[in-house]
Amino acid sequence: MSNKITIEPVTRVEGHGKVTIYMDDQNNVRDSRLHIVEFRGFERFVQGRPYWEMPVLVQRLCGICPVSHHLAAAKALDVIVGAGTGDGLTPVGEKMRRLMHYGQVFQSHVLHFFHLSSPDFLFGIDGDPAIRNIIGVAMHHKDLAVQGVMMRKFGQEVIRLTAGKKIHGTGAIPGGINKNLTIEERDELLKGPDPLNADKMVDWSIAALDFFKDYHKSHAKMLDEFAVFPSNHFSIVRKDGAMDLYHGVLRAVDADGKKILHDVDYQEYDSYIEEEVKNWSYMKFPYLKEYGKEKGWYRVGPLARLNTCDFIPSPLAQKAFEEFKAYTNGKPNNMSLHYHWARLIETLHSAEMIRELLNDPDLQKDDLVVKGKKLQKGVGVLEAPRGTLFHHYEINDNDQITLANLIVSTTNNNEPMNLAVNHTAKAFMNGHTEISEGMMNAVEVAIRAYDPCLSCATHALGKMPLEFTVINQDNKIIDQKSK
Amino acid sequence: MNTTIKFNIDGKIISAEKGQTIVEAAKANGIYIPTLCNFEGLLPKGCCRMCTIKINNRYMTACTTPVADGMEIESNTDEINDIRKGIIELLFVTGNHFCPACEKSGNCELQALAYRYQMMVPRFPFTFPQKGIDASSPKIVKEQNRCIMCKRCIKAIKDEDGKSYFAFNKRGNKLEVILDSKLGKEITDALAKEAMDTCPVGSIIYKELGYAEPIGKRKYDKKPIGSEIEVNEKN
Repeated sequence: MSNKITIEPVTRVEGHGKVTIYMDDQNNVRDSRLHIVEFRGFERFVQGRPYWEMPVLVQRLCGICPVSHHLAAAKALDVIVGAGTGDGLTPVGEKMRRLMHYGQVFQSHVLHFFHLSSPDFLFGIDGDPAIRNIIGVAMHHKDLAVQGVMMRKFGQEVIRLTAGKKIHGTGAIPGGINKNLTIEERDELLKGPDPLNADKMVDWSIAALDFFKDYHKSHAKMLDEFAVFPSNHFSIVRKDGAMDLYHGVLRAVDADGKKILHDVDYQEYDSYIEEEVKNWSYMKFPYLKEYGKEKGWYRVGPLARLNTCDFIPSPLAQKAFEEFKAYTNGKPNNMSLHYHWARLIETLHSAEMIRELLNDPDLQKDDLVVKGKKLQKGVGVLEAPRGTLFHHYEINDNDQITLANLIVSTTNNNEPMNLAVNHTAKAFMNGHTEISEGMMNAVEVAIRAYDPCLSCATHALGKMPLEFTVINQDNKIIDQKSK
Repeated sequence: MNTTIKFNIDGKIISAEKGQTIVEAAKANGIYIPTLCNFEGLLPKGCCRMCTIKINNRYMTACTTPVADGMEIESNTDEINDIRKGIIELLFVTGNHFCPACEKSGNCELQALAYRYQMMVPRFPFTFPQKGIDASSPKIVKEQNRCIMCKRCIKAIKDEDGKSYFAFNKRGNKLEVILDSKLGKEITDALAKEAMDTCPVGSIIYKELGYAEPIGKRKYDKKPIGSEIEVNEKN
């Protein structure tokens, strides 16, 4: 008898998804799918709106990384208002946005590691679900929980002081920014009372990285063998190959590290990327045109960024990067759970960048906005916490949006997440007839490593329930569990 | 001849000059009576009813009623405040007011009133009317979803010949305030900005200026609407 297993809801990720696992007669996994079952349709309903509304309107896709949408939209509109394609802003305009962005990446990575993933590390994949959550962390590892909360708070404060609000601010406007950073605001972040200051954040980021590395030492087999599969890796990098989360050129490397997309201008992204629609998910499947659907899919996010960049332009993160690269002999790292490692290196990089920017006097300058000859099309791309984020807008002569295309980070990771689920399902479920909590969570752990934001990816709203369904070859549901 | 008039609002004795409206007299005495359609320099019409008060137990509009000796006025009472809150709620449900992405947020009188009167959820069902936007003017976007038809723009924004740039169009529940298509194409920067400032909500938008004012610096970010009048009362 063959089975189909559905996991719904998937927990501790942002959004709502469902996993279906198809079993054959011998109770082996035949196929699996991560369904994204939400729909919102932002790309359609922003049509007709005045273009300058986009950074504030479209960021409402998400409450976790709205800054990424805010800035990607603003970058696209920079092009439209004639402020260049990423390097035309005034120093204060660009640096305030960068500060906002690093604050965002910092708080989002911290949220993911401490609040969403640390329960798996601290209590084990098979741990009691009653304590394998952030409340359990707070009860049994108080110092770690406090550290997570305070680090996230610091990131949120950076956002508040640059965007006006912790969530859904208005800082970035087409061609620049609407405020600079006053000396008082700067000192609040730079010299704030312990622990809320930039130095402490760097120290704590190092401690979080050390925590992971220690865990790795004792759990190397699990971290190194869980959902491992070769893939292409995709991100923006600075023109000199450095990691740059805010601006750069598009680069992709294959599983062996060979460049397959050669540092191209993202204004032409649609010459290189296509999206496939499948009838069982609202989330599209992007791939590199040149390599086709089968071979052109790629990973994005922290792991991919560390695989595509040549170096990290901040000293402590660079040191951690060298250690990370040495682990795979300089080759791309294809281990899904090493996303966590990469994410913590980026957390450290963000903390270092925040500290560096706060010491930059350009942030107190007053020339906030640049405008030039208006164009009717603009593309904005940056590296959101979860990966490469594309915003593409076109306008008419009346300044109204006529086209909007958003490819969000999680969408870029659609195929790899499906593969990770498939690998995990095979490893944990082949030969079994009953769905156990541990098995379900293993699949969740695979998904969670990618830190998916499913609400963003489909521009939908909701928490992340997970339902497992087992379906046999005749398409009959023979078992179903949800959490 | 003595032109000073004495009456009371919520028990407080008020002195006013003959010819003043109740809104003006209250303001001069540090008492805030909310308004929406009323605008300094324009003849009051009393069409929004936000300034509803009770004079000697009868409902009246404070912006159109001149002061008179011996008036007993109820303004800041539970009953009157609930009427005002109801009016705000009606304005919200009969338009499409999505404050989170509106560039007038923080400077919007309707939003500020909703905060002041602590509107949480309207008691009336949302009607979600089908309304559009007119962005054909090079300077102005007329956002019909947010228009409360207060007529301030119709009365205030005129050309040198006294011809209004804005006018009513259609009838009944299709009624809307439109920008004259010919005049809208010729409107000056200064007048377009004045039109935006005249609009109490985000229905008249000066193009390409949105969100330039950071959060924290907007008119109602720190203090509720009316507090600038009530400061006088404390003094």
